[in-house]
Amino acid sequence: MAIKVLQAGLATTVQDAGRIGYYHLGIPLSGALDQYSFRAANLLVGNSEDAATLEITMLGPKLEFMHDAAIALTGANLPAKLDGVAIPGNQVIAVKAGSVLSFDFLKDGARGYLAVAGGIDVPEVLGSRSTYTLGAIGGFCGRKLQAGDVLPVGAFQGPSHIGRKLPDHLKQALPKQVQVRVLPGLYFHWLTQASGKSFFEDTWRVGPEADRIGYRFKHGRPLEFEPRERPFGAGSDPSNIVDAGYPIGSIQVPGGLEPIVLHRDAVSGGGYAMIGTVISADMDVVAQLQPNFQTQFVAVDMAQALSARVKRNQRLVDLRQALLN
Amino acid sequence: MSLPPARYSFGGDEHIFVELNHDMSLEAFFKGMSITNAIAQRKIAGVTEICPANASYQVRFDPDLIAPDKLMEILKSIEIELGDGALELNTRIIEIPVLYNDPWTNETQQRFRERHQDPTSTDLEYGARINGYANVDAFIAAHAASPWFVSMVGFVAGLPFMFQMVERAKQIQVPKYLRPRTDTPKLTIGHGGCFGCIYSVRGAGGYQMFGITPAPIFDPQQSLPYVKDFMVFFRPGDIVKFKPINRSEYDAALVKVQDGSFDLRIREVKFSLQDFIKDPSAYNQQLTETLYGN
Repeated sequence: MAIKVLQAGLATTVQDAGRIGYYHLGIPLSGALDQYSFRAANLLVGNSEDAATLEITMLGPKLEFMHDAAIALTGANLPAKLDGVAIPGNQVIAVKAGSVLSFDFLKDGARGYLAVAGGIDVPEVLGSRSTYTLGAIGGFCGRKLQAGDVLPVGAFQGPSHIGRKLPDHLKQALPKQVQVRVLPGLYFHWLTQASGKSFFEDTWRVGPEADRIGYRFKHGRPLEFEPRERPFGAGSDPSNIVDAGYPIGSIQVPGGLEPIVLHRDAVSGGGYAMIGTVISADMDVVAQLQPNFQTQFVAVDMAQALSARVKRNQRLVDLRQALLN
Repeated sequence: MSLPPARYSFGGDEHIFVELNHDMSLEAFFKGMSITNAIAQRKIAGVTEICPANASYQVRFDPDLIAPDKLMEILKSIEIELGDGALELNTRIIEIPVLYNDPWTNETQQRFRERHQDPTSTDLEYGARINGYANVDAFIAAHAASPWFVSMVGFVAGLPFMFQMVERAKQIQVPKYLRPRTDTPKLTIGHGGCFGCIYSVRGAGGYQMFGITPAPIFDPQQSLPYVKDFMVFFRPGDIVKFKPINRSEYDAALVKVQDGSFDLRIREVKFSLQDFIKDPSAYNQQLTETLYGN
């Protein structure tokens, strides 16, 4: 029960629901960046929804299956081929031992999730199979996949779901222009009034440095901080604070130039003022952004953030109802 | 020194961020330690991460299990109950050997010189000059002379931020690089703002680089005795004393790291903030005696 990696792709990692309880020691949550698509892939093949999958970023790998398997691909529109023949995404596909799965160029979104019935069976580290690359723990040897790796796959006990499809209304939306909702706060009051407005007025574009640690945005007007006495120990730039913890999803603007939204492999703290935090319901949206995609940040209050979360939770309930049988 | 009331802010719908003071101080750090310890003891349902930092802390929670407003009320009530917090801490003092002015951080500095405030100096020369030391040796002596408090663990896995235990006027302060480097050797001794650090893994970094330690502090394989309990060595509240070593001592330590026999000098100690503030140098002398006594 294994998968042999023939080509690794750009950044293919083992990810699950994440690693909880070690953020205070600098070990972040990790886990699939688009948790909705990750759960959909697992539920499709009949895994528990938090089983380990492969997160495929932008450029897909080439994988040889060493056993008969059932797989499903969700998230980004990353056209897949089995032994050279196109196969659909968001559907459970039967794979024969010896078959090779490969990918064409990415069409929409940024991250695909490949679930295999039985789950990717790497050892758990601190309660999770997720790869945390900076700390070199979890996943396959603590790193992204390389050609020649052989990934263990767990035994699958349940009934076969070959051919089962994800209903259209439950597929992840993959727009090229997005609105990302933000709860202003933290050090937002350090910005000038004009910059506090321009951040939400401008259309930002995703920069080339966009990875599991964080997404950097460009092309908005630079942000300015109110002049203030430098806090002792903070450092000399107006965007510097005494090094503090960073919420996952928080937005920092080093030097006022390029906002960075931290994601699930976040650095857990540092010395840059955060001006707000992306709401939990929109973190999956950020995960599917490609470099150069247009993003509008939209200010919301806590009531709106919580109602967006309720909607997102309901969508997960719908997903389970559609697939848990 | 009494602190102003803390400032509370939501970090989205899953975090509460609490700034205990703008300025770094041991008082702010102690207040954060006592509050975060109290939060942990309450075992509040829905709270998933409790992260003390230098002069702030944050809590991550699941708003499906506890309403954000309700949790914030609980945190505020804990602050009021504790006042300025416990002033004593049972902790450990640890000796960390350092090869200052080492070839690896010096080589890395040269690769990123255009990102530095003063491309014609080394980080040590620059740090010595702007802190008023006559030369690099005097600067290194000051860096290694007094102990440091681990006031936060994070950024990346197991990286300690350290606050020098001397009067504010004597604290070493340096700006971070103008633009962060994309590379820092593993186990570099760094400094930015008023904080020292040890880079637990190789990677990006913006702190000035003064030296390197042979002692691993993040070890997923847990091969050394002092990380047998957990792969991350440092905890907030640890006290660190640097010990300058030469190249042959460094090389000998690395051989021991390789064969798994390397260990650190660690002693239990009770730290009293009030006694420290009364006379920092006498108190540091006592701490050092605890470290090197039997």
